[in-house]
Amino acid sequence: MKSAMTNNRSERRRFLSGSDPVLNIAVLLLSILGIILVYAATRDWFAANDQDPEYYLKRQIINVVIGIALAYGATLVDYRVLRAYTPILWGIGVLGLTAVLIPGLGSVVNGARSWISLPGGFQIQPAELAKITIIVGMALILSERESGEKGPSDRQVLYSLIVAAVPIFLIVLQPDLGTVLIISAAVVSIIAISGARLRWVVGLLIVGVTGAYIAVATGEVSDYQLNRLRSFIDPYADPQASGYQLRQARITIGSGGLLGKGLFDGPQTNGRFVPEQQTDFIFTVSGEELGFLGSSFILFLYTVILMRGFSIAKRTNDLFGRLVTMGVVAWFSFQIFQNIGMTMGLMPMTGVPLPFLSYGGSSMFANMIAIGLLQNVYQRTR
Amino acid sequence: MRERSALAIIVAQIFVASLMIALFGRLFYLQIADGPRYQQAALDIQSRDIVTPALRGLIVDSEGEPLAANKAGLMVTADRSVLDREEDKGKSVLNRVAQVLELDPNDVYVRTRLCGELPKEEQNGCWNGNRYQPIPITKDANEAQVLKLLERSDVFPGINAEPVSIRSYPSLFGERGTHVLGYIGPVTEGDLNNEEGKRYYRNELIGKAGMEYVYDEELRGTPGVRTVIVNYKESVTRESRNIAPISGNHLVLNINARLQAVVERELKSSVLRARSNGYRGDAGAAVVTDLNGRVLAMASYPDYDLNIWENGITVKQAKELYSEASGVPALSRAVQGVFAPASTFKVVSLSAAVAANYSLKTSYDCPATVQIGDRTFKNFDSKAAGKISMTTAMAISCDSIWYQIAYDEWVRDGGLKPKSNPNDHFFKMAAGFGVGKKTGIDLPSEQKGRLPNREWKLAWYEDNKDFYCNYEKRAKKSQRTAYLIEIARENCLDGDKVRAGDMVNFSIGQGDVLMTPIQMAVMYGAIANGGQLMEPMVARAVVSPTNKVLKEFEPKVTGELPISRPTLKFLQNSLRAVVTNGTATGAFSGLRTEVSGKTGTGQVFGLNLDGSAKDDTSWFASYAPTKNPKFVVVMMVSQGGFGASTSGLGVRRIYEDIFGEGGKKAIFPTGPSSRIPAINSSLVSRS
Repeated sequence: MKSAMTNNRSERRRFLSGSDPVLNIAVLLLSILGIILVYAATRDWFAANDQDPEYYLKRQIINVVIGIALAYGATLVDYRVLRAYTPILWGIGVLGLTAVLIPGLGSVVNGARSWISLPGGFQIQPAELAKITIIVGMALILSERESGEKGPSDRQVLYSLIVAAVPIFLIVLQPDLGTVLIISAAVVSIIAISGARLRWVVGLLIVGVTGAYIAVATGEVSDYQLNRLRSFIDPYADPQASGYQLRQARITIGSGGLLGKGLFDGPQTNGRFVPEQQTDFIFTVSGEELGFLGSSFILFLYTVILMRGFSIAKRTNDLFGRLVTMGVVAWFSFQIFQNIGMTMGLMPMTGVPLPFLSYGGSSMFANMIAIGLLQNVYQRTR
Repeated sequence: MRERSALAIIVAQIFVASLMIALFGRLFYLQIADGPRYQQAALDIQSRDIVTPALRGLIVDSEGEPLAANKAGLMVTADRSVLDREEDKGKSVLNRVAQVLELDPNDVYVRTRLCGELPKEEQNGCWNGNRYQPIPITKDANEAQVLKLLERSDVFPGINAEPVSIRSYPSLFGERGTHVLGYIGPVTEGDLNNEEGKRYYRNELIGKAGMEYVYDEELRGTPGVRTVIVNYKESVTRESRNIAPISGNHLVLNINARLQAVVERELKSSVLRARSNGYRGDAGAAVVTDLNGRVLAMASYPDYDLNIWENGITVKQAKELYSEASGVPALSRAVQGVFAPASTFKVVSLSAAVAANYSLKTSYDCPATVQIGDRTFKNFDSKAAGKISMTTAMAISCDSIWYQIAYDEWVRDGGLKPKSNPNDHFFKMAAGFGVGKKTGIDLPSEQKGRLPNREWKLAWYEDNKDFYCNYEKRAKKSQRTAYLIEIARENCLDGDKVRAGDMVNFSIGQGDVLMTPIQMAVMYGAIANGGQLMEPMVARAVVSPTNKVLKEFEPKVTGELPISRPTLKFLQNSLRAVVTNGTATGAFSGLRTEVSGKTGTGQVFGLNLDGSAKDDTSWFASYAPTKNPKFVVVMMVSQGGFGASTSGLGVRRIYEDIFGEGGKKAIFPTGPSSRIPAINSSLVSRS
């Protein structure tokens, strides 16, 4: 324990030198691009309405700075030590998700009770941080091995599923199905990577599909969400609501062309034809103003982050580290694909933010902590 | 465990890589492959064109007097998208508006309906434009009314008002010019999708009839377009272009407003005279041209006040425009009405006779009747005139001479078994005089009349043989009289051929031959000017708002009469004899100006709406002065009785005004004006 502390201190002196530089650069570039795009998405509109045009810019800078600090913090303590605190983290996460459901504490945005208002106009979204506690919690349970066993026992898998199911259930109640979808993808990935029997993976997929069907059939999915799904299938079905949003998003991206309209010069963006363009639809800003070249660069940076995640997972000999890493990679992959796919009409509409680019504190913090965990695993792989 | 886990990671990696490739591919498709389409779509979303119609050019007469001008008005409009959201679809709002504007509530209701929303028989007065533009209720509101409407937007939702320029037809000399000037109206969906590729904006008003229609592009100018970039709330963020409207050009007509007023007045009084003489007198037309085909005045009766269009047409007015009972005032008889030319046609017959080598120097017998086959053809008043010269035959309008000549020529051409190459002097001469061919006048929907030659007969037979050959099955019960059945039998038997009776009728301008009054004017103009058929022209020139002459319409010869100089001279002398010593002598007695002309009294078959037999068509076609002709005047009164007493007298009165006789002031003391007048542009905004 003492030597570990000295180790930490010496690592602190070296700051980022022990971490994966490619991953750091990619994340940093994306975060800076995110700040610029959030600014581009809000500047003209706020100025036109006699509000501070830099309001979102300033707040997003703060989000990124806090996020980087959190990421750095997540690298300080050996992730293996972190395991000891996992139950506490998980408990806090579940508490947060419970609190959000209490009217008066949780506030409703877009039909979902996902936010807890804090004094000073701040809000946090417990579901974002719950992603981390679920991944770490499942990894903790699934990485325990009796000697000689090839994979986790059925009981371990069952426990890990309970660890995931409780927060997922609470998120379903909000309801925030986009987040549920992404967490579920991470859960299945972790179980598949953990070496659990194939029937678990297949079984979970069947449960997922059936669950989705039942949710729609019994009306657990609100009309609001069904409409989003319908408008994905036929964008002209409901021109004023979500179909309108998806069509506008597609037109905005498509009109960018090869080089884009130039930063701050997108008429679609400045006219705010795409709602939520600084959060869930931030990619439309990049599409219109930075064009195919700029947006491809963003896709490239995401690919770099995900591929670095894979290589970290492959390098480490520690199963816990590998499961955490793969959980994060699965989470990011699905969230990126869901979000960008949605703006381009490949996926139905769900309210999930785009990692590092979308405006928002909670998701930025969660993403940065996740990156911190990847670096933590990277640094401690020898 | 290692291997399985590592394999799972590789599978996951491939899966994730393919997700990223899918995103990349989709991005490429949207931005590069399909980019242009999305760029256009984005432009449609962001930009709005605000169209300001250009000030419409004036229409002025030959002296520069305004016939169509613009004046300031206050337009009250209804926004259907707001009204339709009301519980009763805005009906009570419109009722309140009608009360404020002192209009009939039903008129207001109909004016705010798209034509397609109403059943066909209730469409009179409906809105011809579309739902997305403000629909005018009136353009003639006063300020107090507008204030009342705008102050209480809670009581009058969707009702707006704005100052507009409205087209007005000032009638400075009492003229209406209904059928010459035409009117303007909103752009319809049909106009927007026109096949000629004309470009209109939705809120433009465009010419719908007459000069306003034919010269619309000149008059309308170019609307101003301001393109703005808007945000999703439709508020303007910036302006991307602003093109000021370019005022329309002015149109100078050959029409003289004073003469137009006279012609309209005399046409109307001739119609009324016919009625007071016991004829039905349902309609009429009168045309005055110079010898170059310039139309100096043109009237059709009944007419109507063109200002009803812009002031807000009522349901009653709209209905009357096309109702038979009110005489279809919308129809321009001068160019769209076709009538049997009757004896005015004898100038053709005389020329045909000359072509067939009948001498103009010998005398011909004018018996009371001529027997042709089993039918007896009577002279006009069933009187014999004995042996008379051709000149006298024209002067007293003997019919029976033409019966004989036409019949002889018909026999010569083979009768019912026509030769393969018949002479057809009558048909060919009629074609040479412009019968059955449009004159090319610059007015819409001109009719070509009918030249019932052999080809026409054949085509007619093809269309009708089924009816006549099955007459007893097809015809209405009331039409199955012995006489009509016999006619049907004949029509079935040889209706495809020109029969003796057809030829005989044709020679006196009866039967199937039909002409418009404008064709008649062109025909008599050619006799007066030495044989040239001129294209009639209403418009004289196009003048820019800065008084620059942009276009001048020059007289155009469309054909030469196929007759020799001596024949023409003979015709001219005969037409003078009609006035000095013939059927028109009484009508023109005492007139100092020498007039040459021809009366025509055409029998009309068929019944009026009330079942009464139709009265004769009254014609008078003329030119003056005889020695040095300057004017052609034609009048026709449908069901007007005798040519001389109805139309002849009307034409005489027109000449009195033209030359300043009978105590009147001469309109043309020195002939029609030859210069293009300067236009007083301040008239453009005069209210």
